[in-house]
Amino acid sequence: MSNGNGKRFLKPGKYLMMGNVAMAEGALSSGLKFFGGYPITPSTEVIEHLAKRLPEVGGCCMQMEDELASINAVMGASLVGAKAMTATSGPGLSLMTETISMAANIEIPFVFCDVQRCGPGTGFVTVPHHNDVGLTRFAGNGEFEVIAFAPMSCQELFDLTITAFNYAETYRCPIFILSDAYLGHIHEVVNIPPKEEILKRVIDRTIPEDTKGAKFTYEDINTHKLMIPKPYIVGTEFCPPLIIHLPHNQDGVLMPEENSLRFMKIMIDKIRDNIDKISLTEEYKLDDAEIIIISYGLPVRASYRAVDLARKKGIKVGIFRLITVWPFPKEKVKKVVVGAKAIIVPEMNYTGVIAEQVERVTDLNIPIIKVPKVATLHHPDDILKAIEEVAK
Amino acid sequence: MADKVKLYDIPEEEFLLPGNRMCSGCGLSLIYRTALKALGPNTIITVPASCLTVLHGMQGFTSVDKISVLNTPFATVAASASGIEAALEAMGKDDKVTCVAFAGDGGTTDIGIQGLSGAAERKTNFIYACYDNEAYMNTGVQRSGSTPYGSITTTTPIYGKTEHKKNMPKILEAHDIPYVATSCAAYPLDIYAKFKRAKEIKGTKYIHILSPCPPGWGFSTKDTIKIGKLAVETGFWPLYEIENGKFLLSNPSKRLLDPAKRKPIELYLSVQKRFKRLSNEQIEEYKRYINQSWEYIKSKNITTQFL
Repeated sequence: MSNGNGKRFLKPGKYLMMGNVAMAEGALSSGLKFFGGYPITPSTEVIEHLAKRLPEVGGCCMQMEDELASINAVMGASLVGAKAMTATSGPGLSLMTETISMAANIEIPFVFCDVQRCGPGTGFVTVPHHNDVGLTRFAGNGEFEVIAFAPMSCQELFDLTITAFNYAETYRCPIFILSDAYLGHIHEVVNIPPKEEILKRVIDRTIPEDTKGAKFTYEDINTHKLMIPKPYIVGTEFCPPLIIHLPHNQDGVLMPEENSLRFMKIMIDKIRDNIDKISLTEEYKLDDAEIIIISYGLPVRASYRAVDLARKKGIKVGIFRLITVWPFPKEKVKKVVVGAKAIIVPEMNYTGVIAEQVERVTDLNIPIIKVPKVATLHHPDDILKAIEEVAK
Repeated sequence: MADKVKLYDIPEEEFLLPGNRMCSGCGLSLIYRTALKALGPNTIITVPASCLTVLHGMQGFTSVDKISVLNTPFATVAASASGIEAALEAMGKDDKVTCVAFAGDGGTTDIGIQGLSGAAERKTNFIYACYDNEAYMNTGVQRSGSTPYGSITTTTPIYGKTEHKKNMPKILEAHDIPYVATSCAAYPLDIYAKFKRAKEIKGTKYIHILSPCPPGWGFSTKDTIKIGKLAVETGFWPLYEIENGKFLLSNPSKRLLDPAKRKPIELYLSVQKRFKRLSNEQIEEYKRYINQSWEYIKSKNITTQFL
């Protein structure tokens, strides 16, 4: 999907950008055409920036009357073939969950940016708190899998948003970008690559050439393996006659109740079978590490410094970073933690949502130490202290 | 109908103490201070996310005194008030305590309209006050349903808003509630009289108050009263009340039935930065809009004055 006026891409080079703006620019680069949103601190800069930028690329930025309207407008736009997204914060996300569950059922591709703030309830609106990590996993009724990214810098907000749109087109499940109040408002240098390079990475919404026969089916005709069909476009011939959010086959035909399990399997296995392709992780000084830090988002930045300091003191410690938080890379974590002396999980929430997931897949005799912080960032010393205590 | 109020009728007792968190020149501080004087100490106020939450501040640091305030989710201010009112009635305390929902224009015209309409339909015995600063000011000036035509906001940054303001009092009038009134921050005596009257009536009462906002509208903080008066005197914001279907123009707006007595709308538009990109055609459209709304008022005024 090219556009004539060429304003979709910024000139390549270095820019000082706010996190929310970098995320919006990433979305524009991947071909965003519709943004439906509602002002809520700390995500408001996204809609403010796109209100200026989207008309320039022939898109539409629509401020709706509430969060429910925003997400449903996004669903509508996505159904007719536009790349669409919304951005909100925790209270907005909770209002949108019904539609997220519906979108998961009819597999509408969309990207959802959650700029998290301190909760519960209204909470403190301008400080971060990674308290929606659990909510995104279970956002809405019913069973479905989601994909959630946890960027840690403005550059990553730009890059991962492009990846997020590609995932939306490929896997057709709710895609979340877990930003937070500090990451959204921080100003950092963002390196914008040339247009050609970005275009190589972007997957566009197209109607497949060979649409005859089994165009919407989940099974490959030849190999009988589970496959994910391309998202359909309402208003073209590449569209089922009826779009319903009940257990259905891809032609829009209602499945009998006894086949619900089969439908559930399709919805969930399409992500679980591809987890190696989906899940993005990063390792830092893990080869000889005895103590392992598992983290995501902003605390990773403090962890890098803490690991360097600890290494100078002769403590063997490394970082396993989750770039995609959901689906949780169970097998990868299992491999990493073999033989570890201890695992440290610095998280910006008190309960330790990911620490619980790590507990689930590790040996009982490996201690898991949570380093919780709420409404403020981790200082490298906080993590270093935890490392030293374990190393004793 | 609201009684005529003189300055010495307003009690000296203060419920909003000096030193709150509002911007200087805020119309809302004036409205809230005057409204609380009319409502008195036995009042429960529900407040959604809005500038008013900022005014209340935090426990221990609040400048609001002697009343109870409940902070509710954004969409639910009228629903919360319905619950409070129903419980007060069940416990036989509804005669002693006044239940008030105080929301901004976003919380009323956009996200809160469903709850408000439901409460009005159930004939909930409460006062719903909407202070209208014509955009989402608390999050930094985004358009709302109540933002006027041609106004530049951060989400209508290029052409300004292309639609007219949603006429909320008219929507509430269609709910057949016993009392609907409009007022403006520049007329504290009018605000006091209307809240006083609303407190006496049983049923759902709706008061819509225009609240000039210096940072959002783009004028100097000393001009709040001037801008508020201009909004009324140009005929852009008519002050009236409708009690049990009987329509009455309030004093500041009474003489404006004659179009010659209205000040030119340019006076109001030219002093605010949010209207800086208005074209001549858009100003003409404003004149047409004002004439049209006064035609409606005229028809209401004539049909009800002999009732």
